[in-house]
Amino acid sequence: MQKKQIRIGWFYLLPLLTVNGVVVFLPAVSNVFLSFTSWSGLGQPKWIGIDNYIRLLQDDVVHQAILRNLVWTLIFLIVPMGLALFGAYLVLRAPAAGTFFRLVFFTPYIVSTVVSASVWSFLYSPTLGLSPLLFGAGADTPNLLGNGDTALYAVALANIWQWWGFLMMVFFAAMQSVNPSLYEAAELDGAGAFRKLISVTLPAIRPTIMFLALMTVIWSFLIFDYIFIMTGGGPAGKTEVLGTLLYKSAFWSREAGYAASIGVLMGLISLFVVGIYLSLRKRLKWEI
Amino acid sequence: MGNLKTKRKTLSPKNTLIEVARFTVLGLLAVFSAVPLLVTVWNSLKTQVEIANNPLGLPSDPKWQNYLDAWTVGNFGTGFASSVAVVVGSVLLIAIVSTMAAYALSRLDFPKSGTLILYLLVLNSLPIQLFLVPLFFVWSRLGLYDTHLGLVIIYTAVNAPFATLLLRSFMIGIPRDYEDAARVDGAGEFKVFLSVTLPLVWSGILTISLVACLAVYNEFFLALMFIQSPELMPISTSLFNFRNGFSTNFPLQAAAGMMMLAPMMLAFLVLHKRFVSGITSSGLAGS
Repeated sequence: MQKKQIRIGWFYLLPLLTVNGVVVFLPAVSNVFLSFTSWSGLGQPKWIGIDNYIRLLQDDVVHQAILRNLVWTLIFLIVPMGLALFGAYLVLRAPAAGTFFRLVFFTPYIVSTVVSASVWSFLYSPTLGLSPLLFGAGADTPNLLGNGDTALYAVALANIWQWWGFLMMVFFAAMQSVNPSLYEAAELDGAGAFRKLISVTLPAIRPTIMFLALMTVIWSFLIFDYIFIMTGGGPAGKTEVLGTLLYKSAFWSREAGYAASIGVLMGLISLFVVGIYLSLRKRLKWEI
Repeated sequence: MGNLKTKRKTLSPKNTLIEVARFTVLGLLAVFSAVPLLVTVWNSLKTQVEIANNPLGLPSDPKWQNYLDAWTVGNFGTGFASSVAVVVGSVLLIAIVSTMAAYALSRLDFPKSGTLILYLLVLNSLPIQLFLVPLFFVWSRLGLYDTHLGLVIIYTAVNAPFATLLLRSFMIGIPRDYEDAARVDGAGEFKVFLSVTLPLVWSGILTISLVACLAVYNEFFLALMFIQSPELMPISTSLFNFRNGFSTNFPLQAAAGMMMLAPMMLAFLVLHKRFVSGITSSGLAGS
């Protein structure tokens, strides 16, 4: 009986494992191989050992890109997470209007990146959008997307706009399942609304916060869409991140081997973050 | 001391102040979320001249013609048809593949499920960029590059692991007595799966399908990579090309954006409970 169940089990898993093997697993393995070669995408890849990685370590453009991925991570760990926690907590405590606010906050999440990027590109336009309204119209109205010092933050804001409502919804669901008696106990101790948020709500939903923080870090290193659509990595490479660099190396400058090594670097970062998360979870005995 | 138990707060001046502050903050957040979309709706109905004079306000005389123009110029009929083909194909395949896998991982005595679940988790956090370059060349060689089928297979591979994990946690909550009873009655394994389990987990399958539908419809990067012919492009990349071609025509851009948003908006309004629960559970998956 047991043996039969195992055979049947493999049968049901076969489609998933096959499609993943073909699309993800095997290409990922051959990507590691490619990263040790020089290849234009045509003809035979030429084995060059760790040259791509040496170049990666010395490439200033890559360093700048990693730095921007880190800035992006930091922004996304703080701003949307903070907005979402705060928003969810406010909604939780205003039940009557809560549904309305939740739906309004969540709506941008269903907007696709292409549409959201085009909406925000318009809002950032120095002649038409919000800038003349906020900074005054004229020749020196800032062009937030066109200026290398502000472009990355401007793109990030567009992404935050779309993203934070999703986080809010998840935090709200987690907060709803917090045992109400914890709040009552805190109230008896004389805790105000802010104290209750800090010492009851946040600790109770910590697993959710940690999981979404993990996802945030991983996604922040993979970010591509928003930057590619809104700035294309410009102006003057000031918004180039690992994702856009890889794309350009592989398909614009035809350095598939070098692009593969950037891919391996991104994979290693993801695995590293997942590893930290899993070991933290094990050490602190969080439930799966 | 009886006062402590009455939880209803009286509206003392201090509490009124807190209420006002709370709704002010909620209101500001709502403005942040709603205004960009509202402005886009209004702008989709203006002429270019009107946008230049009045970039953020309401249109004086709604110009519905913009939608027709954007539809024709951007060739949106083809884009939508491609999107429908890709979305329907992907969602069906994702639903089938993940339902089968989740069944094995939750409702059979399968000894390796822990390892497999970890494998799926890790797989799910690998960047697309890690397998993109080889996959691109393999797909070209197999003739799957620049075809809907090729894109559908990729979307299935990318989305199915997470859908499997979600469905598995949904299936675990249902007692296995029904299947066991059917097996005792002599039902074959496929009959058990099709006529006992499937009806029980139908609602979970619908939920993951909806989540997958949104993800696939909105996906941009893979569609950009793997579809080259304009007549095969789904709406997301054809909109991207349209944008690049008409970068200064804001009314047409806004109208095109609204058209891409419309089907998902409609689905969201009709099915918002399922949408929210499905998408929320994907965020709660690790906790």
